[in-house]
Amino acid sequence: MEDAFQQAIEQRVADEQRHHSVTPFFWVWGTLLVLTAVEVYLGYQNMEPKRMLVILMGLSLVKATLIIGYFMHMKYEVSRMKWLTMCSLVFCLAMMMVFFPDAFRIISLGVK
Amino acid sequence: MAEAALPHNVAEINSSAIYEPSLFGTYSKKIGMWLFLLSDSLTFGALLYAYSYGRISTPDWPTPFHSTSIVNATIMTAFLLTSSLTMVLAVNAAVRGNEKARVLYLLATMACGVGFIVLHAKEWSHLINDGLRLPIFPAVPGQETASEFVNVSKTVPQFAATFFGLTGMHMLHVTLGVVYLGVIALRRKFIPILFALWLVAWLATPAYSPFHYGAHVLLIAALVCSLILWLKPKVYDAADVEVAGLYWHFVDLVWMFIFPLVYIMSTKIV
Repeated sequence: MEDAFQQAIEQRVADEQRHHSVTPFFWVWGTLLVLTAVEVYLGYQNMEPKRMLVILMGLSLVKATLIIGYFMHMKYEVSRMKWLTMCSLVFCLAMMMVFFPDAFRIISLGVK
Repeated sequence: MAEAALPHNVAEINSSAIYEPSLFGTYSKKIGMWLFLLSDSLTFGALLYAYSYGRISTPDWPTPFHSTSIVNATIMTAFLLTSSLTMVLAVNAAVRGNEKARVLYLLATMACGVGFIVLHAKEWSHLINDGLRLPIFPAVPGQETASEFVNVSKTVPQFAATFFGLTGMHMLHVTLGVVYLGVIALRRKFIPILFALWLVAWLATPAYSPFHYGAHVLLIAALVCSLILWLKPKVYDAADVEVAGLYWHFVDLVWMFIFPLVYIMSTKIV
């Protein structure tokens, strides 16, 4: 019985993935390497920290999207799975930003 | 979830091969791994926010990373990105039933992971020898009080705490990822290799190094893996490879935020 279940699951995995070519993965890998090189270049540009942070985090988000979409296969999942996982993740991470105003308070007023 | 929706007997599978699709269009192992990764991303999110909070609220935040550190971290990034590619190829080979290619790509992924860990350990050792340390680290014998980062550890202790906390947690994830892939690729054959790696890591590191104690993670992993493989020996299929791949890509993904935030934003420009 367990073997039959296993076969059915394996069949499903194969159905999900068989039609995918590996070529896009090489493109994604190359793009990620190029974006990393851009980040390193920016590190030596003596840029204003806030501006550099925004650019670096923007590049990191692009890289994260490529990794989740292609390498983690999210691009090929059903939309219900995409929306549920990504919205909950973004919401929870965004909620943590509530602490940042306190960090700015410390730098302007000092620790009380 | 998907297994529960599968037909309840073999005859049904063989005759109709029709089953109710899962709510999320995939099988339960994968959904379980996604749920774990979502919770784990909050752990890393909290650590990254803690690092950012410390950085914002500390005017004299150190910028200790010389160009050698940046080159080192860039090579580490390339290792992780390449390992993600080989992991995808391993999943592809598993789906196509190419057993030899599957094992080879998994071993290549592990090799890149080990390369990352070794370079990272080298970076940590360099910083510790230069005086950047946590109070719980054993004292380095003969360390100069005038070492480069001794003052940093005293005046901005948040830097060492958040740096070692964040990168240490990531290194632990990479190490466990390599163990996970080793079990998927080699099953029981990997256990003696793991014990050998533990012995090498333990005996080859000096007693004052945090890695001397950290190596015991490998011992614990070897014992847990032995127990799992003894209790439930099985042949790992394409689904197992894909689920392991999700974990590995997540480790890669987290580094894509640690690298710019911790290293690039703290580059020492001379």
